[in-house]
Amino acid sequence: MTKKIKSVTNPKLKLEILTPTDVKKIHDATLWIIEKVGVRFPSKRALDIWAANGAEVDFDKKIVRAKGELIEKALKSAPPVYPLAARDPQQDLPLDGNHVFVGTDGCGVEVIDIETGVRRISRLDDVRDIARIADATEEVGFHWVAVSAQDKPVETRGLHEIKTIWENSTKHVQTESIYNEREARAAMEIAGLIVGGKDKLRERPVLSLMQCTAPPLGHDGGSLDAALVAAEYGIPTGFMTMAANITTGPATLAGNLALGNAEVIAGAALIQLAFPGAPVFYAAAQTASDIRSGAYTGGGPEDFIYGAAGNVLADYYNIPISMGSFATGAKEPNWQAGIENSLSTFMASIVMSDMLLGVGFLHGSRIWSYAEMMMDCEIFSIIEKTLQGIVVDDETLALDTIAAVGPGGNFLSQKHTRKHMREVFLPQFMDRRPYNEWESKKDNAADWALAKARKTLAEHQPEPLDEKVSAEMAKIIAAMEK
Amino acid sequence: MSEELFKKMAQSIIDGDSDVAVELANEAIAAGIDPLVAITDGFVIGVNQVGDAFACGDAFLPELVMAGEAMKAAVTTLEPEMARRGSERQILGKVVLGTVEGDIHEIGKSLVGTMLGASGFQVYDLGVDVSAEKLIGKAVEVGANIIAMSALLTTTMVKQKEVIELLEQEGLHNTIKVMVGGAPVTREWVGKIKADGYSEDAIGAVAVAKSIVGAA
Repeated sequence: MTKKIKSVTNPKLKLEILTPTDVKKIHDATLWIIEKVGVRFPSKRALDIWAANGAEVDFDKKIVRAKGELIEKALKSAPPVYPLAARDPQQDLPLDGNHVFVGTDGCGVEVIDIETGVRRISRLDDVRDIARIADATEEVGFHWVAVSAQDKPVETRGLHEIKTIWENSTKHVQTESIYNEREARAAMEIAGLIVGGKDKLRERPVLSLMQCTAPPLGHDGGSLDAALVAAEYGIPTGFMTMAANITTGPATLAGNLALGNAEVIAGAALIQLAFPGAPVFYAAAQTASDIRSGAYTGGGPEDFIYGAAGNVLADYYNIPISMGSFATGAKEPNWQAGIENSLSTFMASIVMSDMLLGVGFLHGSRIWSYAEMMMDCEIFSIIEKTLQGIVVDDETLALDTIAAVGPGGNFLSQKHTRKHMREVFLPQFMDRRPYNEWESKKDNAADWALAKARKTLAEHQPEPLDEKVSAEMAKIIAAMEK
Repeated sequence: MSEELFKKMAQSIIDGDSDVAVELANEAIAAGIDPLVAITDGFVIGVNQVGDAFACGDAFLPELVMAGEAMKAAVTTLEPEMARRGSERQILGKVVLGTVEGDIHEIGKSLVGTMLGASGFQVYDLGVDVSAEKLIGKAVEVGANIIAMSALLTTTMVKQKEVIELLEQEGLHNTIKVMVGGAPVTREWVGKIKADGYSEDAIGAVAVAKSIVGAA
C-alpha cells in the first residue's frame, strides 16, 4: 500500500505572471473596492465582528466597508505556513510554499457509474468508492468531497460525506459542502474523534473547510458562520472566488482579479479579526464565462492565466492557496479535457500553488468520471516531472558515457543508462504502441484509465478506521437527524 | 417623422442604451404616438435585430442582455401612457421568477428574467431566498402561467421539489407550470420532481417557456 504522496517540490522552472508593481496595483484596487464599494456579509455574527473592529457596517443591506489599514492589519496575523494533518500522520501535507499537492475535485452531482458507464445522480456509495481509489493513488494528496451524497438528508449530508471518506482513506479531508453553523459544529465533533478530541484539532487539523464566495462581492451567510466555527477550533478555512469575466466579474482580467481578491481577503480578514492567528488560505477558481451563452467554462486561456495569478496574490498576503485547476468543461475525456486540465494545472503548479483542485470531473465539475480521475492524476505526474527541469552536473552531462559510445553506436547497454533510465517518465495512459496494434484494438487512454480505476477499487484495502470511532461518528449524525 | 423616430428607437435597443430608449419613449408620448405602435414599429425591431445577430453568432450575451434591459426601460416608460389609453401590450405569458429558499445565487436567475422579458413575457422577479409560499402566492395573485426557479446547491435544489409538491397539494399545477434551472439541476432531477420545463442556460429557457405557453 502506498503511503507516499506525490508533490511538486523544488521546481526548476519559473514564471513571472505579474510584476511586483502589478501586484501592488491589484492590491490597492482591492482595498479601494472593499472600502468604497463594500462586500456583502449576510451573517449577523460576521457583521457584529466587523462593526466591533471599526468597519462601516450597513446592517440592512449587510454590506461592510472597511479601511485598507484594517484589512492589512488583520491579515498580518494569519500564519504563513501550517500543515494539513491526515488520519495517518505520515500523510500530513506541509503548506509551506515549497509543495504543490493535488486533491480530488468537488462537489459534483452526477457520476459516470464505474461498472455500467451510465451517468446517474451521485450518492454516498460514490463518495466511498472515490475515497478508496484516491487513497491508493500517490498523486491525490488530499480529498475534497468529490460528489454530493444525494441519498442522505440535506441537514446531515456533509457529515455523512466526511465520515465516509475517513472510513475509506487515511488522507486529509477538505470539504466545501458544510455551510451552516449547526453542521459545522457537528463536523468539529466528528473530526475530533479522529485525533482524540476537538481541542486537539488545532494541533492536528485533519479537516479543512473551503467556502465559496458569492460573486460579485458577496458571501453566503451560512458559509461565513461555518467558517467561523472552524476557525474557532483552528481548522484551516479558505474562501474561494469563482468570479468570472462578463457575468460575475468585469470582462477584463485585472478587474476580475481585483474583484475576486476583495471577496477572498475580506473573508480571510474577518476570520483573523474573530480568531487572530487562525489558519486561513486563499482560494480561487476564476475563469471567463462563455461570451455567447454566459456558461461556466472551466477552461480557456483566461482560466490558465488566473491559475498562475492567484498564487502571486496569496504570496503577497503570505498565506497558502487552494487553486482551482483541472475542472475541464469537456463532456467526456477528450482533446478539450487534455488541453484544459494540462494547461490549467501547469500554470497553477509552476507558481507553486499549495493545493490544486482537482482530479476527476467533466462538464465543469459536475459529472464525476473515474477515467478522467486517473488521467488527471497522470497529467499531474507529467507536470511534476516537467517542473523538475534540467539538472546540470558532471553526472548528468555524462561525458564518460558519451566518450565510451563515441560516434555511432547506442546508449542502450551503458551502465549510466541503466542507472538513470528510471528518471525518464513512463506514462500509464499514453499510446506509444505500434500502429497495427492500436488498429486491431482501437482502445485508448480512457479505457486503460477506467480499467485501472476498477482494478484499484477491487483490490485496494484502505487502513480501516477504528470501528468505535466510526460508531461514535454515526451517533453524532443520528442525533442530528432526530 | 415617425419613421425617423422608430429607426432611432430600434437603434437604441441595438446599442443597448437604456437612457436613449427612455428619452425616445418620452418623445413618442409627447408626439402623441400610440405606445403600442412605438413598441412594435420601433423598439421591437431592435430587439429582433439583436436576436438575429445573436443567433448567427455576430452578437454576444452582454449585447443581448443590454438590449433586453433597454427594451424593459422603454416599455416601463410607455406603460403609464398605455394605461391611460386603456391599451395593453400583448404578452406571451406571465412568469414568476426566483431563487429558492436558502439560496442566494442570483445571476443565472436574473439572466433568465432578462431573456424572458425581452422575448415578450411579463416577468415578476422575486429575487433570491424565496419561499415556496411566496412564489406560489405571487403566481396566484398575478395569474401567472409559469413559476421559474433556480437553485445552485444540491442542498437547496430539494426546495424545487417542495414548491411543486405544494402546487400539487393546492391543485394548482394544472394551471401554473414549473420551470427549473441551476448548475446541479439535471434532466433526471427534472423528471423526478415532475417539473414541466428545464434549460441549462438562459437562451434555452426562452424556448422552454414559449413551448409551455404554446407560443413556440
